[in-house]
Amino acid sequence: MDYINAFWVGGVICALVQILMEKTKLMPGRIMVLLVCTGAVLGAIGIYPPFVEYAGAGASVPLLGFGNTLFKGVKEAIDTDGFLGIFMGGFTASAIGISAALIFGYLASLIFEPKMRK
Amino acid sequence: MSQMIGKQSIEFEHPPYILASGSVVGKKEGEGPLGKCFDMICEDDKFGEDSWEKSESTLQKEAAALAIGKAGLKPEDIRYAFAGDLLGQTIATSFGIMDYEIPLFGLYGACSTAGESMSLGAMTVAAGYADKVLTMTSSHFASAEKQFRYPLEYGNQRPVSASWTVTGSGAFILGNTKSHAKITGITTGKIVDYGIKDAMNMGAAMAPAAADLIATHFEDFGAKPEDYDKIITGDLGHVGQTILIDLLKEKGYDISQVITDCGIEIFDKESQGTDSGGSGCGCSAVTMSAHFLPQVEKGNLKKILFIPTGALLSTVSFNEGQSVPGIAHGVRIEYEK
Repeated sequence: MDYINAFWVGGVICALVQILMEKTKLMPGRIMVLLVCTGAVLGAIGIYPPFVEYAGAGASVPLLGFGNTLFKGVKEAIDTDGFLGIFMGGFTASAIGISAALIFGYLASLIFEPKMRK
Repeated sequence: MSQMIGKQSIEFEHPPYILASGSVVGKKEGEGPLGKCFDMICEDDKFGEDSWEKSESTLQKEAAALAIGKAGLKPEDIRYAFAGDLLGQTIATSFGIMDYEIPLFGLYGACSTAGESMSLGAMTVAAGYADKVLTMTSSHFASAEKQFRYPLEYGNQRPVSASWTVTGSGAFILGNTKSHAKITGITTGKIVDYGIKDAMNMGAAMAPAAADLIATHFEDFGAKPEDYDKIITGDLGHVGQTILIDLLKEKGYDISQVITDCGIEIFDKESQGTDSGGSGCGCSAVTMSAHFLPQVEKGNLKKILFIPTGALLSTVSFNEGQSVPGIAHGVRIEYEK
């Protein structure tokens, strides 16, 4: 059941964002920023955590989940380190995601060559 | 006798001739409606190189070799080269033409460079400053995406409405000895800015510049649309062409019977997924070289006006919120028996 929930929730998020891309003239960079910010806001007002609970990776893997993680990290760091936590928490919480993206991106660039679009 | 005519045109007393031309394109262009016309189609869009920029340089190298060879010349016979491309600091040209050791004027006019280089080459030959010149431009889909949008590695989605940069290079040899095609006049365009800010809709940004150029050309030469067998714009696409026809109607010219566009001709939009047509300064150069010029040489087209159009934006100007100004350069080519 977990897999099914993750699958359809992740799919719905992607489909909604795809509609956003098709219907607006927003550049991809802006859409990414919009998603991360929305995720952080949804995390802050407490909507996203139960959602992640329900859908698992379906909610945590898309960029909304990244925003939620950033907020969560900052909140926890503020609780333990106070003011300095604002600057520490986001990176600590997202370290796995960012490092993985860099490392796997680098590995992929060693193995694969970019190809022409058809 | 003065060769200056009207506001911004020249009518040559001794028209320079187009002695030969060469066109090299990538796989997709080769599969398009003009596929059979090109001199060389490379199945490998990297042209055996390890970067897109180097492959674009190779495109130019091959196109120049073809044109020079077809004219029965050697690189050392060419007095000047007028060449350009779309990359920053026009590196495709610099690295592509380096080995030929031809004195070079490197040019940037975005997609209008094919017309700009041909205009300057024609002026140089007509004035007697050179007997043979090479004019050449290139563009490459992958290097242009990297320069103006996102590198292919990033894998972003392109809107269907975005024009498709042509992978190709076209080269022309102009000279003072006779051939069947001569450049009898040019009209040089000025920058026209209607304040359009949508970089994905370049046809709309360039159409006003093309309209301004065509109207000025008609005034300068006292000509009318019927005098031409074809008026060929560079890469306005379907949307840009509609705007162009409307703009000129307002000025009292009906060009709808003679207008055509290299960007529309080069791809089949139904089967090749190129809704807005081809673009890039290789687009107009290869289409002229492979499709229209041979028709002039055979006498099927007696008189044409070739108008490569360019959008003068950079990623910096675009990101800083500036508009997309357009420019167009007109070259009048006529058949000679």
